[in-house]
Amino acid sequence: MIRDYSLAEALFLLDSAKWTILLTLLATLFGGLLGMVVALARTSTSRLLQQAATGYIATIQGIPVLILLFLSYFGLSRAGFNLPAIVAASVSLSIYASAYLGDIWRGAIQSVPIQQWEASASLALTRAQQFRTVIIPQAVRISVPPTVGFLVQLVKNTSIVSIVSVVELTRAGQLINNATFQPFPVFITVAAIYFAICFPLSWSSRYLERKFNANRPG
Amino acid sequence: MPIVQVDNLHKRFGSLEVLKGISLTVERGSVVALLGRSGSGKSTLLRCLNGLETFDSGSAEVAGHKVTAQPAALRELRKDVGIVFQSFNLFPHLSVADNVTLAPRLVHRLDKASAAALAEEMLARVGLSDKLHARPDQLSGGQQQRVAIARSLAMKPKVMLFDEVTSALDPELTAEVLVVMERLAADGMTMLLVTHEMGFARGVATQSVFMLDGRIHEAGPPAEMFAHPGTREFQQFIGQSLK
Repeated sequence: MIRDYSLAEALFLLDSAKWTILLTLLATLFGGLLGMVVALARTSTSRLLQQAATGYIATIQGIPVLILLFLSYFGLSRAGFNLPAIVAASVSLSIYASAYLGDIWRGAIQSVPIQQWEASASLALTRAQQFRTVIIPQAVRISVPPTVGFLVQLVKNTSIVSIVSVVELTRAGQLINNATFQPFPVFITVAAIYFAICFPLSWSSRYLERKFNANRPG
Repeated sequence: MPIVQVDNLHKRFGSLEVLKGISLTVERGSVVALLGRSGSGKSTLLRCLNGLETFDSGSAEVAGHKVTAQPAALRELRKDVGIVFQSFNLFPHLSVADNVTLAPRLVHRLDKASAAALAEEMLARVGLSDKLHARPDQLSGGQQQRVAIARSLAMKPKVMLFDEVTSALDPELTAEVLVVMERLAADGMTMLLVTHEMGFARGVATQSVFMLDGRIHEAGPPAEMFAHPGTREFQQFIGQSLK
C-alpha cells in the first residue's frame, strides 16, 4: 500500500531530526573533549605526546567516517560489546570529530604569535598559566570560524549513521520515501531541515568573526 | 657584588656563531647601553640574560640567579628580571590594568584590591592613569610601550632589560618612552638596553658597550667613549648614527 505524503509524514521527519541534533551534540561534546586533549598534546613540549597526537590525527583523518562507524558498530559487537546503534554511532562520530577539532585547535594555538609566549614567560608564568590566561583565550577567537565550519560538516555527516539503522533524519527520509514513493517532496523536506540546522550555525560564525575582527587593530 | 655577571658566553645558531665569548660585569644601579649594528649579537646577548635564548657555553648570573634552561629556576630568575620588547607584546585580549596585574596576581598571589592599587600605581608611574580600562589596541605605540614597561615594573624587578624598545615607534612617540626610562634610571633601577638612541646612550647610560661581530669591541663610560672613540669601528658607527 502506498501512503500519501502528508503532514504526518513531514512531522515524522521533523521528529527524527532530534536524533541528528543529538548525535551532533554528543559528537561535539565528546569529540570536543578528546579534541582538546589532542590539541594540548600536539602543542606540548613532550616529543612523545606530540608524535602520539600527530599520529592520531593523521590516522583518523585518513579513515572514512563510514569505516569508523563499521568498526565501532560491527567490530565492537564482534569483540563482545553489544552496543546499541546510537551509541556506536556516537562513538564513531566523536572519534571523527576529535581528530578534526584537535587539528583545528592545534592550528589556532600555534597561530598565536610566539611573542605572546615570550612576553608571558618573561613575567615568570608557568606553562599552564600561559596556556590558561594568555594563549587559549587568543586561540579561541582564531578557532571560532573553522570550528563552526566543521560543526556544519558534522551535522551533515551524521547522515551516514542511517546505514546502521539509526533512524535519524536521512534514514527517516528513506523510510518515508519507501512508503510514499514521493522522493521530491520527501527529500526536499529533509534538505530543508538540514539547512534549518546548518544555516544558523554558519550565520553565527560569520557574526562572531565580524565581532572579533571589529576588536582587532586595523 | 655585581648584579649581572657574564663570563665567556658563546652561542651559535646552527653554523653561525653569534656570541663569541662575551664577558660583562654590571654593578647595581648601572644603566648599560648595548650598541652595535644589526647582527652584532646585542639582542641575542640581552635575551640570553633572562633565558629567552639558550647559550652553548660560558655562564651568566643575573640578580643572584644563575641562568639555566631549567624551567623552575628560570621562573625564579624572571621574577627579578623584567624585559620590554621592540613590539610591545601586550596581551591583546586583556585591558591595560589586567595586562599590568596578570603576572603579580598569578605569580605573587596578589588579591584583587592590591592588584587594583598596583595597576594604578604602575600606570601613574608611566603617565597613563587615564588608560586603566582601555584595551591595548586603543592605544598609540608609545602608550602601548609605556604599558609594557608598567607591566614589567609591576613584578618589582631588580634588573630591567630593554630590547630596542623605541625602534618600532615614530620619532614623536619615542620621546615619551625615553622619558619614562630616564626617570626609571634616575630612581636607581639597574637597566640593560639595546638601543639605537645615541642621545640616550650618551646622556643617560653609565656604561656603553659596543658590540661587533659577536664580541665586545669597545666598552667604557659613554662620555669618554663618545668624545674619544678608542676604535675606528666605533668611530665609524657613531659617525653614521649621528648623521
